Amino acid sequence: MTTPPSDSGRIELTDLCKRYGSGPLVVDNVTIDIASGEFVTLLGPSGSGKTTTLNMIAGFTEVTSGRIRLGGRDIAPLPPHKRDFGMVFQNYALFPHMTVAQNVAFPLRERKVPKAEIARLVARTLELVDLADKGGRRPDELSGGQQQRVALARAVVFSPSVLLLDEPLSALDRKLRQSLQQEIKRLHAELKLTFVFVTHDQDEAMSLSDRIAVFNEGRVERVGTPADLYRDPGTRFVARFLGESNLFAGQVRPGGVYEWGGHKWALPAADGSPERDLVVRPERLRVAASSADVPGEANQVPATVTGLSFQGTHQRIELDYGDGVTGTAVLSPDAPGADLRPGTGVTAYWDPAHQVLVTRN
Amino acid sequence: MPAVTTVSAPLRTGLSPAGRRRAAGLLLLLPALVALTLFFLLPMLSILLDSVTDPEPGLANYVSLFTDGYTLRVLGRTLLVALLVTVAGLVLAYPYAYLMTLAGPALRAVMVTVVLVPFWTSMLARNFAWMVLMQDGGVVQGFFRLLGLGEVTLLGTTTAVTISMTQVLLPFMVLPMFSVMQQIDRRLLLAGQSLGASPFGSFRKVFFPLSLPGVAAGASLVFVLALGFYVTPALLGSPQSALIAQVISVRTRDLLDFGGGGAMGVFVLVVTLAVLGASRRLTGPGAAVGAAHVMAGGDR
Repeated sequence: MTTPPSDSGRIELTDLCKRYGSGPLVVDNVTIDIASGEFVTLLGPSGSGKTTTLNMIAGFTEVTSGRIRLGGRDIAPLPPHKRDFGMVFQNYALFPHMTVAQNVAFPLRERKVPKAEIARLVARTLELVDLADKGGRRPDELSGGQQQRVALARAVVFSPSVLLLDEPLSALDRKLRQSLQQEIKRLHAELKLTFVFVTHDQDEAMSLSDRIAVFNEGRVERVGTPADLYRDPGTRFVARFLGESNLFAGQVRPGGVYEWGGHKWALPAADGSPERDLVVRPERLRVAASSADVPGEANQVPATVTGLSFQGTHQRIELDYGDGVTGTAVLSPDAPGADLRPGTGVTAYWDPAHQVLVTRN
Repeated sequence: MPAVTTVSAPLRTGLSPAGRRRAAGLLLLLPALVALTLFFLLPMLSILLDSVTDPEPGLANYVSLFTDGYTLRVLGRTLLVALLVTVAGLVLAYPYAYLMTLAGPALRAVMVTVVLVPFWTSMLARNFAWMVLMQDGGVVQGFFRLLGLGEVTLLGTTTAVTISMTQVLLPFMVLPMFSVMQQIDRRLLLAGQSLGASPFGSFRKVFFPLSLPGVAAGASLVFVLALGFYVTPALLGSPQSALIAQVISVRTRDLLDFGGGGAMGVFVLVVTLAVLGASRRLTGPGAAVGAAHVMAGGDR
């Protein structure tokens, strides 16, 4: 568990493609450069190609075309057991006929590590995941969270340069998921390995990752830090998938105007193409009783309140803008709005600096 | 049904709900218990009694089992044949059962059917078929000649008996193995590879140990069934290569030596129980139940 030399954990995926038989591309020209020690999440709905991409990195799925390099070296011809990646599976995949300690020792035995060294490393790694006293147990005697921690220990005990995690938390309940997220974050900070994490859970991706690659229909839509992707999603798909949004499919008009449903809004910046959606994140939206209360420079749209919920730290207001377009405003608990009732007509408004344009696809 | 009412009325008033459920359970077991007692337990006791009283009280029947020089040889031969059938069955069944776990649903159904055909075929038809195949100048002999093994006489030998028994007992080997192998998560093999084991190493260290309960269940089932085979050795073997069931039959039906035959029967029973006990130790009681489940067609 020493720090790997600077570039050994760098993974470069270049124009990676996967096709089964003569079917469509399930992974379509995926290019991601993952730095050594980085925590990158492949995020997307099921069937978006993220798991297939991970399986190609792991070596379980053959690459149709493109390249996978680890530390600059092409690893496509290597079978899984020669790639030296740790892997954590969704269903833990612990060996039921072995004790916890034997499970963790398995990769070391395969590498012919001397016995005394195995004992030392197993003890140290079990301590790292806080299971030092469970070495003699069988996996089925442990809780789901403990089993996944054993799986983590087993995947890192041999100091791989990269840890691949395939939806490792999705089999756990919400509370356990949160505590294991912390555990994974801590492991990443302590071990300084490259983590490639696959999930369909946007909250998980946002709270864990250095960078997120959003997958859609086999392609990578965007790669970026969670904050960047949230602030500037770039595409309609990413805006919808990462966080909530108020999304208006209107037209960019000449002269710094965006038009939707007969409303004209100020548009300080645009890239020239008229075919863009306008996105306002819920926490950027304000609600006023009538348009007279809206500050002059703000963009505004009439809306009908369809639902309200008070959540302690904030209140959520569900809004209907007509034309089948709905959205959400998240307001501070003492902001005006608590007196609203479903059915009330209001005016939603926002600072034009807080809106973003995204492409339609 | 007035009879039922009279029985359950006092139960309803006198017992807790749990106790009443248990009483009802016992009631349901009653027909089977009566049948087993009348047709199995009592005859067994009578055999046991005969073996120590007929022709005179004492253990003479058991002593002669080990001293007459003949019985022990037959017992040894029976155990050897059972062992050979078990080993040959293991070698044939393990890859077959493994392929069944990999096959798609349609192919799997075909494979189950193929393995069950001998099981569904009438015992006599099957044995006569083997007689035709293995007779002098028959198909099997011709096959051996082609292989350059020369003229091999099969009919009337222990080899013929072993071959035929292996075929008949194959389902009892394949199905428990399949039932256990099917429950092994194949992702464990991928996990093994991701941790540095070669595909074969992963199979040997992960899949194989996990499949052992099925192997033990199949092997013990086949071994025990092989110990009691009668028709196959009688038709395909010869008196010189008789197995224990034939000798027991001769003792009781021809020589009317119920004591001696009974002692042999008791001895075979003891061996059987010992094998089953050992296998249960290895596998737990579940494996044989799984096999029964597959046989009953619950898995097609």
